[in-house]
Amino acid sequence: MTRADSDRPGVVDSGAPAENVAAAEAAITAPEAAETAVPPAIVAQSLSEYVHAQVRRVRSGDSGLLPVVLALIIIVVVFEVISPNHVFISAGNLVNLFLQSAVFMVLAMAETFVLLLGDIDLSAGYVGALGGAIAVQLVQPTTTNWPWWAAIAAAVVVCAVIGLAQGTLITRLRLPSFIVTLAGLLIFNGVLLIVLALGPFSGYPSLQGLSVNLHAIADMMQGHVSPLVGWISMIVIVGGLGTSIAFRDNRRRRSGLVAPPLGVTIAKIGLIAAGGFTVVFICNLNRATVGTLEGVPYAIYIVLGVLAVWTVLLEHTRYGRYIYAIGGNAEAARRAGIRVARVRTMAFVLCSFTAGLAGILYAAYQGGMSNNVNGGQLVLYAVAAAVIGGTSLFGGRGRVANGVLGGLVIGAIYNGMFLQGLAVQWEFIVTGLVLIGAVTVDALSRRGAASSGGARP
Amino acid sequence: MTVEGTGGESNVELLAVRGLSKSFGPIQALTEVDLDVPAGKVTALCGDNGAGKSVLIKCIAGALEPSEGQIFWEGRPVRIRNAHDAAELGIETVYQDLALADNLDIVQNMFLGRERLRHRLLDEDSMERAAAETLATLRVTTVRSIRQPVGSLSGGQRQSVAVARAVMWNSRLVIMDEPTAALGVTQTAMVLDLIRTLRGHGLGVIVVSHNLNDVFAVADRIAVLHLGKMVVQRDAAGLDRQTVVEYMTTGGSGPLPTPADAGRPA
Repeated sequence: MTRADSDRPGVVDSGAPAENVAAAEAAITAPEAAETAVPPAIVAQSLSEYVHAQVRRVRSGDSGLLPVVLALIIIVVVFEVISPNHVFISAGNLVNLFLQSAVFMVLAMAETFVLLLGDIDLSAGYVGALGGAIAVQLVQPTTTNWPWWAAIAAAVVVCAVIGLAQGTLITRLRLPSFIVTLAGLLIFNGVLLIVLALGPFSGYPSLQGLSVNLHAIADMMQGHVSPLVGWISMIVIVGGLGTSIAFRDNRRRRSGLVAPPLGVTIAKIGLIAAGGFTVVFICNLNRATVGTLEGVPYAIYIVLGVLAVWTVLLEHTRYGRYIYAIGGNAEAARRAGIRVARVRTMAFVLCSFTAGLAGILYAAYQGGMSNNVNGGQLVLYAVAAAVIGGTSLFGGRGRVANGVLGGLVIGAIYNGMFLQGLAVQWEFIVTGLVLIGAVTVDALSRRGAASSGGARP
Repeated sequence: MTVEGTGGESNVELLAVRGLSKSFGPIQALTEVDLDVPAGKVTALCGDNGAGKSVLIKCIAGALEPSEGQIFWEGRPVRIRNAHDAAELGIETVYQDLALADNLDIVQNMFLGRERLRHRLLDEDSMERAAAETLATLRVTTVRSIRQPVGSLSGGQRQSVAVARAVMWNSRLVIMDEPTAALGVTQTAMVLDLIRTLRGHGLGVIVVSHNLNDVFAVADRIAVLHLGKMVVQRDAAGLDRQTVVEYMTTGGSGPLPTPADAGRPA
């Protein structure tokens, strides 16, 4: 989740003349506009200034990742204090918590694409579940017996095609996404039941068995790498990310472009390294009550991989820029020559595609697929996760990293309530309250931005 | 890359519209309109609501296709079928709503739809440099950071960003639709300065405006439309406020030449 800290591509200096720029930069720092709405990273000259600017920004309501991180810390502390034998912060439970959150995280990342446009995809839960069911059915040794990778590929392609169909209806016929995907929710719930009923395990195809392909899919959630591989991969990821951030910030500072102060860069890299170390350290503790169970779960790599790829797509490519532009002002995007319908359709494709991945993770976690899956609730949790994480329901604001953090919040509530022995009704109520809090922050921040000189609609 | 001067010394007008008519079904929006826009000068286009100002600039900007008539660009006849054609010639339009995405920052807005790439990813450094240069050329110096979201800017600053975006692309003619309509006194002064800067760089500027204070503050030439016809077009020095108001409201002016004569360029 640290990948999202990198704002700009690690490209090499293009060598254009910079003298002029320095003058221009000096000229445009005269304070006039509303201070509060400006991200601190672009005005602060030192680490302490950065912190102060960040505090000001939170007060004004436009707060980035801070509220969700605070919420997460509060939830963790509260549950640790009240959980029986303080089991909440144990290695076993934390890894468990992550696995329980993984489906929400990936589904929330899926939903981010359409939320950024100001749309919503209510069908993502059942479309994802359908993807999971297809993958599970295709690897059954007694029927099709496909290799695991082919089954996964087929599942996500089916989901992408579903997204294409829904997106086409929404953008070409100009139907509201809420209604089209509500219909999709019903339709694909039905299709899911049909797919589940195929084959010998009518209604309950399982990933139990001796076949390599069954295991491969189940291992996406249940398997893990060896402790040594965990450390090596952590060093590679943190090193690569840290180096690229350091080079980029340094290059931009030297060429007079907008860049965070050196202290912030160092703090950022330090946080990434500390985060990576903590995660691998916890995962490498033996979390079995009997025998040995240690190592970083594959699921963490899968979530990080999805996060990295979608972050690059959304923040460093033209396509991603166009999604934000359409979410901010569709008419402006159209006049800038952006093919709005095509970009929006593609967002629904990416949403359903990613939902398919989430559905496969769901199946892997459950050890199979059954008609008990509640796709309607899953998708609402995913939207809640995205919004809790800081993605706006009104479009134009948010990142996939928000979905990951929001998914972690929902997973933590679910996990903590379960440890308390509280029944599911309390989990619903608390999650609902957190969601209300998140939407309030979203709405207040928009109002804060509007009153501090902006002209947000 | 930024604002290029052409001096505007040649005898050929940058843009000349001849006999342009536009009808929407039975409704005749423009009737045989002539308009001359020299480089290095500000041409104000005035008229009451429904006079056809918007239709005329949309025909020039490629948003509408004229029913009849001819447009000359530096003396040669051109067809402007869409905004892309207009951009190719160097005609950029700043519409009243500015068409900015509030959630994107200044650089992102200025390059929207024409982002620079490097290794297939956005080349933020090069775009930021170019945006900063253009803003410096236009002496837009009041924004805190070019990486701040446009939603956090004042009205005048937003107008400046929209203009800066328009002039970035080697544009020769900038059309501004009611640039000061939503602005206070200070902001208006800032935008008028910006318009003078554009003129100083040798660009042709068309300013559509109701506000005669602004028109007389900045315009070198004034053209008045009335009910789809060009009723007067001449140097601002030869007109006073009262006369322009009469042209705008009645299409004529007592002691001055008849509309038909006034419409013809000298």
